[in-house]
Formats: sequence, C-alpha cells, structure tokens
Amino acid sequence: MHMSDALLSPAVGATMWAATAAAAAYSVKKVQSEMDQKKVPLMGVMGAFIFTAQMINFSIPGTGSSGHLGGGLLLAVLLGPYAGFLTMASILAIQALFFADGGLLALGANVFNLGFFTCFVAYPFIYRKIVGRKGGPRRIIIASLAAAVIGLQMGAFGVVLETLASGRTELPFGAFVSLMQPIHLAIGVVEGLVTAAVVGFVWKARPELMERAFLNRALGDLSIRKVLLGLAAGAVLIGAGLSWFASSHPDGLEWAMFKTSGKEELEATSSVHEKLGGVQKRTAILPDYGFKGPEAEGTSGDTKGESWPVIDVGTTVSGLVGGLMTLLLAGLMGLMINQAAKAKGNGL
Amino acid sequence: MASIFKTIDHIRYFDDLARQDSFIHRLHPLTKLLSTTVYALVLVSHDKYATLALLPFLFFPVLVAAAGRVPLSAILKRLLYLEPMIICLGLLNPLFDRETTVIMGHTVSSGWLIFASIVIKGSLAVSSALLLMATTGMEGIALSLRMLRVPRIMVLQLLLTYRYLSTLLEEGARIMQAYSFRSLSTVGVAAKAWGSLLGQVLLRTIDRAQRIYDAMCLRGFNGEYVPGKGRRAGIADPIYLLAWGAFFVLSRVFNLPLYLGCLLTGGVR
Repeated sequence: MHMSDALLSPAVGATMWAATAAAAAYSVKKVQSEMDQKKVPLMGVMGAFIFTAQMINFSIPGTGSSGHLGGGLLLAVLLGPYAGFLTMASILAIQALFFADGGLLALGANVFNLGFFTCFVAYPFIYRKIVGRKGGPRRIIIASLAAAVIGLQMGAFGVVLETLASGRTELPFGAFVSLMQPIHLAIGVVEGLVTAAVVGFVWKARPELMERAFLNRALGDLSIRKVLLGLAAGAVLIGAGLSWFASSHPDGLEWAMFKTSGKEELEATSSVHEKLGGVQKRTAILPDYGFKGPEAEGTSGDTKGESWPVIDVGTTVSGLVGGLMTLLLAGLMGLMINQAAKAKGNGL
Repeated sequence: MASIFKTIDHIRYFDDLARQDSFIHRLHPLTKLLSTTVYALVLVSHDKYATLALLPFLFFPVLVAAAGRVPLSAILKRLLYLEPMIICLGLLNPLFDRETTVIMGHTVSSGWLIFASIVIKGSLAVSSALLLMATTGMEGIALSLRMLRVPRIMVLQLLLTYRYLSTLLEEGARIMQAYSFRSLSTVGVAAKAWGSLLGQVLLRTIDRAQRIYDAMCLRGFNGEYVPGKGRRAGIADPIYLLAWGAFFVLSRVFNLPLYLGCLLTGGVR
C-alpha cells in the first residue's frame, strides 16, 4: 500500500524524506564510483519495464483472483541494491507525479517502505544468503519467496508506524497491524512467486546476465555492518526528528509562532476587534439568531485538540455557512478565471 | 490489459496538458514545485479533526486549474481511482474513536470528523500533485530538481524511465492483447506463463537498453545531463510564490471559513 499525504504529519513526512534522501545519496555515490555509464540507460529502461510489469495481472492458481508485481526485489536481483533502489525511487516518483499515488510529501515514506527494505535488507540478507554462489531453480524460489514476504512485511509495518506517528487517525496499533500484515503476506507471496518465475526464466535463458549481476561487486556487495550502521543512523534521525517536531501541542506552526512572537496564537488588538465587530454587525445575514460564539463556550474552532470535540450549535451553523461560502467563493473565482482565459483565447 | 491502455492515455493526456500555454505554464517550474510542496506541507500540518479549516485550501487547486486551463474532469477522474482506499481507511475511524461530538444537534463519533479530514486532505493533496504535472511536465520537473541539486544520475534516471514508459507500456499492451487472444483466462496470466511472458519482455528490455546506450554514445552522451536553456524566472515567480505562501499561512493560522460564517451569521468569534 502506498502511504498517503492524507495520513502523514509534516514531521513524519519530512523525516522519511530525510531518511530516503540519505539512502539515495549513498546509492548515487556507490553507483557513480563503481558502475559504468552503460548502467544508466539500463536503469532507466528497467524502471519503465517494472512500471509496465506492475500493470499486468497474474492469475493466482486456485483462488480465481489475480495479483500484481511490485518489482522492488526483481530490480535488486537484476541491478543490485544501489541501482535497484534508485530505479524504484524513480518509478515511485513518476507514480506520485503522474498518478498522484501517495502524494509528494508521502513520496519519501513510500520510497523507504517499498525500496529500502527490499533492496537493502531483504535482498542482501535473505535472497543472496539463500541463493548462495550456486543458485539453482529451487533456491531461487525459496529465496524470492522469503525475501519478498519479509521485505513487504517490513514495508507494511513501516506504513503502520508512520501512520501512527503522524497521529492523523484514531486507528489503534493492534487493529491496524492485524489489518495490514496479513494482507501484505498474501501480496508478498505473489510478489515472491512472480519474481522467482522471472528470475528462474532469465537464469535458464541467459545465465550470463544473472552471473554478471551476481558476481559483479559493483552490483551487489553490501556488508551487514554498513546496513546496520545505516539503519542505526536512520533510527537516530527519525527518532530525533520525531521527538523534535511530533509533539502535538504545540504543533509545528504554533511552535514557530511561539518562538517568533512569544504567543501561540496571534491576538488581534482591541481596536481591530472593535472595528471588525462593527463590520460584523453590518454584514450579518442572520443577526437575530444570536448564536453563541465558540469562545463564549470555551472552544476555539475545530483545530484545537484539547477543547475539541465540544461544538455548540452556533459554531456549527457559522461553520456551515462559512464553509459553504468558502466553497462558493473558490468555485466562482475558478469559473471567472476560466471564462477570462477562454475570452482571451490563449490562456491567461 | 485495460489498465495499460488507460495508463498510456493518461500519460499522453497529461503531456498534452503540460504543453499548453497559460500564465501557470509560463511560471518557472521551480516556482510551481515549491508552491505545491509548501501547499502540501501546510495542508497536512492540520490537526486530525480539522475539516472546516481545510476548505480555504481548495482555492489553490481550483485557481491553478482554471488559470492553467486544466479541465477539472481530468483531476476528478483520477480522484475517483484513489478515493476508495482513503475512504476505506477513513471509515475505520468512527469505529475506534471513542470521543463524540455534537453536530447540528446530533451526537456522532468524532471519528467522522477524522474521516472527513482524511478525505479532504487526500483529495486536495492529490489534486495539487496532478496539477503540478499538468502545468509543468517532466522536463520542467527535471530542471527544477537539478536546480535543487538533486544528483545528475537520479534526474537522468527519472527522465529515461519516463521517456521509455510509453514505449514499454505499448509493448506490454500488445503482449497482453496477444496473450488474451490465445488463452481462455479472463483473470490474468496463468501461473505456468508467469516466467516466460515477463522474462521475454525483460530480455528484450535489456537488449533495448544496450541499443539505447549505443545510440546515446553515438550522439555524444558522456554521462552528463544537459537541461538546455530552460525558462528564466520572471518577476511573476516570486510574487506567485509569496502570495500563495502568505495565503497558506493565513489559512493555517486562522480558521477563515469560521470567521466568514461568524461574520455572516452574527456569531461572536
């Protein structure tokens, strides 16, 4: 599952972007220093290939349903972890830009969930260890299955942790985990079997491609020490980032305002308040209803965590009217600009 | 197979939209990338119960779509594909949120507000990302990424993947069409053909990459990414960025629809 902007907080989104950027920067360094230029077009075309492969339905025997390929593990097997990770990042970036899968802010989290765990954990420490130097069809199947399942489980768990750390839902940890992990177990099995089938085919048809991918140091060598160090650094980064930003009260913007103005909320001066009150009396279209304002009830709108969820009817009606007017205004302005553009003939 | 054809159409359509000429199209790509990023950041910074306060954020996609001559149907169609997932996850919140709230005299679970908040945030974030693509194009994105010092190899990789996407998607569509003519399966590729079908495409892809590399070398490729002249930022760019930035911060700090509503109904704020 793609992580979505709607479920992320800026702190978690930015932290995951930082972790992904660090992994990408390291991969770029490795690819540049150890790979020949020939691999650049190969990475590009392989990205397009995986994108296409993701569109193909694979029927699952005995179930009557079909599954898809994710492609992270296949990329790691064919290109190595570094080039595989960068290629996966480009696929997810195109999906985020053209198809809005996830969103821009969630892209960092998505690359980490779907690329990092597969290319830097599942491939080197599960797939390669099982396949060994000899390879062979049976080992390829076991290795692909184990690596795909574990890689996807880690990715799904990443989605759960990122969602919970963001605090944008009320889903309890247990319920969310028990929803996500079994679904991704099934997805992982399909991913592993399709990957094994493709790798097995290439192993038979063009063994030299697999040997090259496997033996070439530049394409696959990764020490466990480096990955553990990287994971530790990532954990410190994520932990530090989250503890710095993620406290819900005061939140990021309020914190910035508190730092700059010494107050968590900007206060209007009394003269401005009086003048606005006068304007309000003149503009009120439903003045006799006498709804109590939110502050009279000790609440202040719909974004203040502690006072929520007490809403009085006055606020609700004001809110509904205001909301409708906002929507109407946005629509009208859009329509006017559209008409102006059409009248001009060539856009604004 | 239908999804491959739809994907090809979608990419071509967005390419066409990006080639239009409008005020938004003439802005520097970096301006559009930055404004969309700031928009997404401020949007998602809202509390999980925020619903009303999110509405002013509708102005950005609506105005950009109108000024950029992007039909709303293009955005809405894509939203329909993505919303089910967000809706499913959002619908679980009323089950788990034990808080209640009173709306128009009815006591309901506060989870419904979380649901509404997630759907609004998701729809707006998706719209803004699609509009960025529809008014900027991949070359523009690549140019701004280079300006942001994203490594050359990553930008090249992104451009090459994008460049060969339609070629390989068409190949995939042809293969799937041929497969469906020769098989009785309506669900998908049968298990015994998984390896050979995708494997054949993969081998052809690897050979194609070799030919592409040879052709690139013959045309002077030396590993560098040359973005060409590109657009120059004008006076409109900083104004556009500052104006939207100010609006986003204003909308984040003040609950504008509530103020507007209080102003119209006479409620004290």
